[in-house]
Amino acid sequence: MSDLNKLGLAEARDALRKGDTTSVELTEACLKAIDAADALNAFVHKTPEIALERAKAADERIKAGDAPSMCGLPIGIKDLFCTKGVASQAASRILEGFKPEYESTVSQKLADAGSVMLGKLNMDEFAMGSSNETSAYGNAVSPWRRGNDDAQLTPGGSSGGSASAVAADLCLAATGTDTGGSIRQPAAFTGTVGIKPTYGRCSRWGIVAFASSLDQAGPMTKSVRDAAIMLEVMCGHDPKDSTSAELAVPDFEAMLTGDIKGKKIGIPKEYRMDGMPGEIEKLWSDGAEMLKAAGAEIVDISLPHTKYALPAYYVIAPAEASSNLARYDGVRYGHRALLEAGDGITEMYEKTRAEGFGSEVQRRVMIGTYVLSAGFYDAYYNRARRVRTLIKKDFEDVFAAGVDAILTPATPSAAFGLGEMTEADPVQMYLNDVFTVTVNLAGLPGVAVPAGLDSQGLPLGLQLIGKPWEEGDLLNTAYAMENAAGFVAKPQQWW
Amino acid sequence: MSIDQSTAAKVAKLARIKVEDDALPALADEFNNILGFIEQLNEVDVTGVEPMTSVTPQRLKRRVDEVTDGSQQPKVLANAPDAREGFFAVPKVVE
Repeated sequence: MSDLNKLGLAEARDALRKGDTTSVELTEACLKAIDAADALNAFVHKTPEIALERAKAADERIKAGDAPSMCGLPIGIKDLFCTKGVASQAASRILEGFKPEYESTVSQKLADAGSVMLGKLNMDEFAMGSSNETSAYGNAVSPWRRGNDDAQLTPGGSSGGSASAVAADLCLAATGTDTGGSIRQPAAFTGTVGIKPTYGRCSRWGIVAFASSLDQAGPMTKSVRDAAIMLEVMCGHDPKDSTSAELAVPDFEAMLTGDIKGKKIGIPKEYRMDGMPGEIEKLWSDGAEMLKAAGAEIVDISLPHTKYALPAYYVIAPAEASSNLARYDGVRYGHRALLEAGDGITEMYEKTRAEGFGSEVQRRVMIGTYVLSAGFYDAYYNRARRVRTLIKKDFEDVFAAGVDAILTPATPSAAFGLGEMTEADPVQMYLNDVFTVTVNLAGLPGVAVPAGLDSQGLPLGLQLIGKPWEEGDLLNTAYAMENAAGFVAKPQQWW
Repeated sequence: MSIDQSTAAKVAKLARIKVEDDALPALADEFNNILGFIEQLNEVDVTGVEPMTSVTPQRLKRRVDEVTDGSQQPKVLANAPDAREGFFAVPKVVE
């Protein structure tokens, strides 16, 4: 078989089981593709020895007839996941040199299911960003280009390395994490599929924390079927994360029937933003038509507090980040600043954090510190948490009225150029998450599915939002849309 | 609400991030820009609405209060920038 790295998880799994290829062959194809793709800066720590060792073990298991669901399938792991003995620095200078003595629950589950880790993937520093431009490793680059224009584009963020690597076929799939849209926005920018499950589905243990009440891990894949296969492995209760749900994990793949007859799909009027590009609006109505043609009922709905999701998020997420990131003090791990004679422990903290954190992380930590400080806690933090209650209630009301899923655009535009937003103020960058952030605030599952190309040949995605714990039903609706959209475009290889 | 340079300096101090004096005006501007965006929340009527504590209605699980892990001093210290004689080392904190 040729171009093994271009396979998806399902195809590769079936080929392995039929004996048409081996995990070592698959892994070698990916390692070769990774080495030829340094221009994308997607893989920032390569682990070929671990990969080949796991691939050989997987081939033995397949031969012995003991092949768990992802046995032998090579994947990439976002740098936010702690991986034992392998650099895990959340794309931050402050964790330079950090090699965890333990493995995150999600990456352990993936390893137990037989998957092969190829290396660690680029991301925005501490997952704070929407373009992968805040990374200590430098920008990850999208494999997509605007026609013949050689300007470098963002793969989105924060899971930019994951999106770039999957879209460029450097791996079969990758892990991502999503606090405000960090799986779904990069998936939409790169023509890949990304699902953020219900809050509590995946254990957060061993994943570097950004905003603990919003963070969730999820898969980034080449198809909805692949997302179902990988999500099932990643989910499940973990005693080490007290917010992880004690619920059985269904067989998501078996739920992909493509039959969505009678499903009620809501179209929220508040997502029709002023100045929305015509192409996005058309994509959205085309998506609704596709679902209707597949037998779903399309209904107009209202989520009245949508407008306030982004400002609420930019109180809650920085507040939690300022608390979570207090642990980076130059004492237990990572970077410590060189001190001058007479410097005490306070100077050590202040210099270490000034040197170790990039500007966006510093900004968010300080905003978080401010909104939690005496005198402002009620005005900002408590008010934002009250608004969050209302945002969640908007969704609860709609689901109580019989809506099964909600269809929205995934992003307000196609991918922009790296550096194009440098001059814009931070709030402009934050607007990238306008359609995705509500889902994190309400703790719901959301999936981005590629649905078309814009006039410059760049991928555009649609988002489906589901009921809590109903990832299986949501993926089935996404599967029906994927079938109808028939998105098959791939980036032209230039790297 | 508007943040001046001295408030910006105070926030930086609380966050334990060293900010040079000449960087304070730009920092204060950035704060004001972001807080201006956040001010929209004041339009929402939140009378009688509880602040969200948990997005999924669940009681945090409890476990038996027993030792499940420990005796891993070398592993705990393995990543420390400065570890001596089995401890984390920091600059002098008491005179």
